[in-house]
Amino acid sequence: MAEDPRQPVEEEQVSEQAPTSPPVLTALLLENFSDSVVSHHTNFGDETVVIKREGLLDLFRFLKDDPRCRFDLMIDLTAADYLPREPRFEVVVHLKSIVLHHRLRVKIPLATDEAELDTISGLWVAADWYERECWDMYGIVFKGHPNLRRLLLYDEFEGHPLRKDYDYYLQQPLVPMRKIRERHDYEHKVITPEGPKPLPS
Amino acid sequence: MKRLDSPDLGSEPMVIEIGPAHPAMHGITRFRAELDGEVIVSMEADIGYLHRGFEKEAENSDYIQIIPYTDRLNYVSPLINNIGYSMTIEKLFGIEVPRRAEFARVIMGEISRVCDHLTCLGATAMEVGAMSVFIWFIKAREYLWELVEEVTGARLTTSWTRIGGNANDLPDGFLQMLDQRLAQVSDVIDEGDRLLIRNKIFIDRMKGIGIISKERAIEYAFTGPMLRACGVPYDLRREDPYSVYPELDFEIPVGTVGDCYDRFLVRLEEMRQSIHIIRQAADKLPPGEYRTYHRRAGLPDKLDVYGSIEGLIDHFKIVMDGPQPPPGEVYQAVEGGNGELGFYVVSDGSGRPLKCRVRPPCFNFVAAMAEMTIGHYLADIVPIFGSINMIGGELER
Repeated sequence: MAEDPRQPVEEEQVSEQAPTSPPVLTALLLENFSDSVVSHHTNFGDETVVIKREGLLDLFRFLKDDPRCRFDLMIDLTAADYLPREPRFEVVVHLKSIVLHHRLRVKIPLATDEAELDTISGLWVAADWYERECWDMYGIVFKGHPNLRRLLLYDEFEGHPLRKDYDYYLQQPLVPMRKIRERHDYEHKVITPEGPKPLPS
Repeated sequence: MKRLDSPDLGSEPMVIEIGPAHPAMHGITRFRAELDGEVIVSMEADIGYLHRGFEKEAENSDYIQIIPYTDRLNYVSPLINNIGYSMTIEKLFGIEVPRRAEFARVIMGEISRVCDHLTCLGATAMEVGAMSVFIWFIKAREYLWELVEEVTGARLTTSWTRIGGNANDLPDGFLQMLDQRLAQVSDVIDEGDRLLIRNKIFIDRMKGIGIISKERAIEYAFTGPMLRACGVPYDLRREDPYSVYPELDFEIPVGTVGDCYDRFLVRLEEMRQSIHIIRQAADKLPPGEYRTYHRRAGLPDKLDVYGSIEGLIDHFKIVMDGPQPPPGEVYQAVEGGNGELGFYVVSDGSGRPLKCRVRPPCFNFVAAMAEMTIGHYLADIVPIFGSINMIGGELER
C-alpha cells in the first residue's frame, strides 16, 4: 500500500543499463563514429544514440547511405527543453528504414547559448519544414537551412513558445492588417535572432 | 516551365493568393501561387492558421487530460488519435491492454479510417464536380458515426480510450448493428466506385495530376495512402505490427504512378479492406474486461472508491496528481487515416509530460504541395489538395 510509485522505475533503469552489448546500429555507430557518439541507451525498445553536434552531417549521411543502415524515411524532427539542466535543449530525430525495417532515434544536446546546429535538410527534404517548426517553437537555429522562417506562427510573434521559460499565460499583441504590397513582400525575409532580415538573393 | 519573359510586353507572373478562407482549402491554409497564364510556376504554402498550441497545452496538463485534446488532432478520425496516444502512455507505464479492449480498439479504429477516407474521397469528388458522391459518402459516414455515438456517446469528440483500456465496453446489440451498417456502407462505396472510377470527366481531372515519384515521396517522408499510391507497400499495421493486427488478414493496396487517381483508388480499396478487418475483429471479439486497472494509471472502480481505503486514496492521488509514469522517453506510431501518426512523449516522472510531440502525417504532404502542383493548371490545385487529405487540426496542432 505505502509503496513508492517510483520504485519499479528504478528497477527498470537498472535493468536497462545492464545490457552487455549495445544493439546492432548503436554498435555500428560506435565503431565508425566513436568521437561523435556521447552515449546510447534503449528505452522501451527504442534504440537511441546521443551524438555531438560537431560532425553530425557525416553521421547522418552515413545513416542514410550505408547499406547496413539505409534510413530513407526521416520520420520526425523535434526538440525538447529540459530547462534547469545544461545542456538545455535536445534535438530529437526519428529515423526509419523502409528497406531494412528498423528504427533509430538520434538526439543532439545543445547548450542554451549555443542553440544552433547544421541543417540536415540537404539529406532529407522532409527536414526542411520540421526544422522550420523547430526554430519557430524552440528558437534553435539550423545553420545552412535554405529558408529558416517561422512556420506555424507569424513573423511578428515574439519568443519561442515551447521553451519552458515562455510563460503559459503570456498573450501576444494583435498584429494590424498588412497592406497588400507588404503581404506580398513580407515572406521574403529570414528571421534571425536579431530580427527579420531580407533574404540573400 | 517557361515564364513569359518578353521584355517588350513587360509581362510578369501573376501572384494569386488562395485562401486562407476558401472552400477548396479544407480548413484554413493559404497558398501563394505565381501563375504564367493559368500554369503555376511557383507556389508556397502558408500554414498555422489553426495552430492551437497542442504541445504547450499538453505540457501543462496531466496525462488523462490530454486524451480529449487528441480528439481535435485529426478530427475526421478521432478514435485513431485516442488509440495512438493511449498506446504511447501504456508503453510508458508498461501496461498490457486486455484482448477484448484491443479488438474493440481495432473495430473502432477501422471505423474511423473508413470515415476518414469517405470524407476525403467525397470532398475530392465534390470539388471536381461529382456532388452526389459527396452526399452519398457523407450519408455512409453518418451510418458509421451513429455507431461511434452508440459506443462513445459522441460523434466527433470521442475521448474514448483510457490508459489501460477503453472508457466503456461495446454496448449490447452493437455487433448486429455493426453488421447491418457495414453492409450499407459497402453498398455506398460500390455505388461511388461505379459512378466515378470509369467516369471520363472524373478521370480527366484526376489522372496524371499531382504525380510524385516513389523516391521523392520517400525523401519527403510520406507515409500512409499517399506513399502507398506511389507503389511502396508501407503500412504500419504490417510494418511495425501493433495491437492485434497480426492476427487479422488484410491486404495493402498500392498504386503505380502516384497521381491523384491512384490515391483515390488506394483509399477506396483501403475502405473495403478496413471493412474486412472490422468483420474479422467482430467475429473474433473475445469476452473479458474492456480495461485493465493499474493503480498508478487510471481511476479505480467506484465500488472500490467508496468501499476501501486503498481505492479512495488511489482515486484521490489520480485526481490530484494525475498518473505518474516512470521517467523515460517513448515513441509509438500507429497507422492513422493519413499515415504514420506518431507520439513522442518524454516523462520526467511527474504528473505532466515534459514533452508531448505529435508527428502529424499530413505535414509532409503539405510541404510537398509546391512540388506536386508546379507545372499544373491553377484548377488542379483543387484535386491535388483534396487528394492529400489535409486535416488542419493535425497539421498545425
